[in-house]
Amino acid sequence: MTGTSPAVVAASKLGLTFQTNDGPVQALSNVDLTIGKGEFVSFIGPSGCGKTTLLRVIADLEKPTSGTISVNGMTPEQAREKRAYGYVFQAAALFPWRTIERNVALPLEIMGLSRAEQAERIKRTMDLVNLSGFEKKYPWQLSGGMQQRASIARALAFDADLLLMDEPFGALDEIVRDHLNEQLLQLWARTNRTICFVTHSIPEAVYLSTRIVVMSPRPGRVSDIIESTLPKERPLDIRETPEFLAIAARVRDGLRAGHSYDD
Amino acid sequence: MDSFRDKLIPVTTILAGVVVLWYVFAVILNAPFQRDMDSRANATPGTMEFVGKTLSQPKPTMPAPHQVAVNFFENTFLRPINSNRSLVYNAWVTLSSTLLGFAFGTALGIVIAVGIVHVATLDRSLMPWIIASQTIPILAVAPMIIVVLAAVGITGLVPKAMISTYLSFFPVTVGMVKGLRSPEIMHLDLMHTYNASRAQTFWKLRVPASVPFLFTSMKVAVAASLVGAIVGELPTGAVAGIGAKLLAGAYYSQSIDIWSALVAGSIVAALLVMVVGVAGRLVDRAMGGRPA
Repeated sequence: MTGTSPAVVAASKLGLTFQTNDGPVQALSNVDLTIGKGEFVSFIGPSGCGKTTLLRVIADLEKPTSGTISVNGMTPEQAREKRAYGYVFQAAALFPWRTIERNVALPLEIMGLSRAEQAERIKRTMDLVNLSGFEKKYPWQLSGGMQQRASIARALAFDADLLLMDEPFGALDEIVRDHLNEQLLQLWARTNRTICFVTHSIPEAVYLSTRIVVMSPRPGRVSDIIESTLPKERPLDIRETPEFLAIAARVRDGLRAGHSYDD
Repeated sequence: MDSFRDKLIPVTTILAGVVVLWYVFAVILNAPFQRDMDSRANATPGTMEFVGKTLSQPKPTMPAPHQVAVNFFENTFLRPINSNRSLVYNAWVTLSSTLLGFAFGTALGIVIAVGIVHVATLDRSLMPWIIASQTIPILAVAPMIIVVLAAVGITGLVPKAMISTYLSFFPVTVGMVKGLRSPEIMHLDLMHTYNASRAQTFWKLRVPASVPFLFTSMKVAVAASLVGAIVGELPTGAVAGIGAKLLAGAYYSQSIDIWSALVAGSIVAALLVMVVGVAGRLVDRAMGGRPA
């Protein structure tokens, strides 16, 4: 991941302090992190550890108060202006008055693509997330898992090679989540994008990632970074292998080390 | 249609109750005058005859429902539509200024709301004035508007419509400010990640999100418009319109005329609110609304 190809995300001594009525809250402190092209990086940690905040800083939805961060060699703001990333929220955040295909078309309309180009991309991304045939449906007509797939299609529809996902499957049940995890891996393999994925599920993080960033709260900081030794090809039952369990154990240890729930 | 059937029985029950109460009060309120008449004529009617007389006075204090119904029927269906006494004609006069004022008021309300949502200075400076504007009794302002506009040569439909506008812009402004601010943070963040311009966020997110709020406030506004148009007809010496009928009825103590004009006004109001409601439901359906 080092050498000539520039990092997609590079953070150094990154910190963010929110000013609240109860005084300053340090959401991020001293985060050093480099994410290379094509990586699948998970951020895991208990609530309040700053994993979502870190993702939002990368997306220029929050401004850091100290340290530096670059996205594709630019500031996050420049990267956002260049539409360098697609963001998938915890909820699908589809517009209820638009059909699924018009929802996927939203970023394309904003970016001023021609109708023909839009139609072509909608078809391609709807195929990619297995939602073909549901183009004309409204969000409420789809299940939660399908809605979240539509929101992933929306983030993939334009040429951002960085995908930021904030607990996208957190609200879904285990079975749907397994299925979507499998599909997400296939998608990642096919599109060769860089993915930053926030989760609080250890199996999900280990199953998906090439690298797992373990974070701990108060102040939010990186407590461990674990390289996955799993192969790129990962069937669901890889989760029963000793190798998988060993990585999961390391993640759990990392979480426990930074744990502050005991007090 | 089920909801219609569900409502039918309760609504009819209330209506029947109102009619019964109405008859009771018609007898009570018309009795003193009838007693007076009878004593002058040295008549001593029996109870049933007395009650019958209280319900058939030509200029009763409180007309009985059937008197109003007959008057309403005659003046609605039996008169030529271009007749000055036709309720259809008078309702149409009031309706046209209501609709003009409602259109102005809705447009004005939306424009002010857009300004308030997008310009922080307007948010702080305009809102208190808008609220204050509605505390002024419209009956006091209406004659001044009519007189001032007449002085600059504007007469007829427009001054009345201005009063409707004055009353109807307020609910639209309040509703639209709320509607334009209704998008979730997540949706706004999403637009931010696309680097969408303010105009794009406005047209693609804020406007569609505000549509349900618009129709709710338009229902209030259209009823207020009608009140404005009727009030606008009172001080102008208007020759036609529901307000003019009310005023003429008051001059000549034609209480039955007053009541049937009131009925006409209520029917127009109900129709207007219903039309806005149906339009709102059609738009909601077209925007992918979940059938209730």
